[in-house]
Amino acid sequence: MSEPSRAVRFEEVALPHLAAAYNLARWLIHSDQDAEDMVQESFMRAFKSFNGYYGGNSRAWLLTIVRNTCYTWLQKNRMSTLSDPIDDKLDELGLDFADPEMLFRRSVNAQIVRAALQELPVEFREVVVLREMEEMSYKEIANVVDLPLGTVMSRLARGRKRLQALLASRMGKEASIELSANA
Amino acid sequence: MSCQQTHELIHGYLDGELDLVKSIEIEKHLAQCQACTQNYESLRGLQSSLRDNSLRFEPPANLEKRLRSALRREKEPQSFVFRWRWAVAAVSLFAAVVIIWTVATVASRQSPDDVLAQEVVASHVRSLMADHLADVPSTNQHTVKPWFDGKLDFSPTVKDLSQQGFTLYGGRLDYIGNRPVAALVYQRRQHSINVFVWPTTEAPVKNEKASERQGYNVIRWSNAGMTYWAVSDLNLAELQQFVQLLKET
Repeated sequence: MSEPSRAVRFEEVALPHLAAAYNLARWLIHSDQDAEDMVQESFMRAFKSFNGYYGGNSRAWLLTIVRNTCYTWLQKNRMSTLSDPIDDKLDELGLDFADPEMLFRRSVNAQIVRAALQELPVEFREVVVLREMEEMSYKEIANVVDLPLGTVMSRLARGRKRLQALLASRMGKEASIELSANA
Repeated sequence: MSCQQTHELIHGYLDGELDLVKSIEIEKHLAQCQACTQNYESLRGLQSSLRDNSLRFEPPANLEKRLRSALRREKEPQSFVFRWRWAVAAVSLFAAVVIIWTVATVASRQSPDDVLAQEVVASHVRSLMADHLADVPSTNQHTVKPWFDGKLDFSPTVKDLSQQGFTLYGGRLDYIGNRPVAALVYQRRQHSINVFVWPTTEAPVKNEKASERQGYNVIRWSNAGMTYWAVSDLNLAELQQFVQLLKET
């Protein structure tokens, strides 16, 4: 493949996933500028390894590179979230149901959801972002985060459970703020 | 299906990752368990909240442009390599052409003597073809020699060798090696001999060099600042004899 056509083909394959790449990077790294840099670095890396890409799921291919690039950055910047490896065996899925009254009317404030998701440890956050925002299958997610399918499923379940708890507490706070404002 | 089992599988059900049999079992359980149904509804609510587009971070407007130009910069060293490859190919081709040309030239290059030999043979042949052996047809050396005066910047020695069977036929002006030269014509039976004479600065070649070209015998030598070329279809032995006679003073 000649260089110009290789570059053109890369742009055709990779640029359609720019929004997904930026969204993932920005959710993994809480800074616009750093996320932008990570996306750019990821695209450069992807372009260099483009010869190893033989078609197939280009979004999963690109997001894997974005995810790994971001993880490298997170490790370098000593994010405490990564220094504490999570235990996937630990059972968080007890039968204690969250209070459904409080939760998840469709009108849950997006700001609150955003804040709760940002609070989630990165290992859970990434599977939630890939599943809900990119609507990836378990298999695709397993590829991107390089985990067994079962672990993807349990992380997703635990992530959702934690989110439910975080949302409950945030909505409780907001409710009490509202109450004190009304008082 | 129990509540515990449902609890474990409900995410797979929500995400459409369960097989049909498990999905039907979950649906059966949900139909009869309010707690699990509430949990499921809660998870569906969470899912739909998370799928709200407002949660997405949109890339900055200029990011795509930045990427494209970064990719273009990235391309440069590679396209430099690409161009470099072409340059190498071009240089190689050029070198090959030069080498071939040089080899061909060297191979076909003739020594100055070869060039002169070719010229004298050509001149000899031309003189026969055009029936223009002599500008001054004379068997008398005393007629031939003065004829060259004023026509050349040298005076060739003209010998009468009729006693030895080489009859002087005449003299002719010719042009060889980029200079006017004297051509002395002798006859031996039906054979014509052209002797080309012109001054030279090269060291005397006492031993004549004989060669054969296009069926003609060519003998060259130099003596006393003059170079001589004798050309004829005469056999070599007789031509050598003729040359010896000319060389004798």
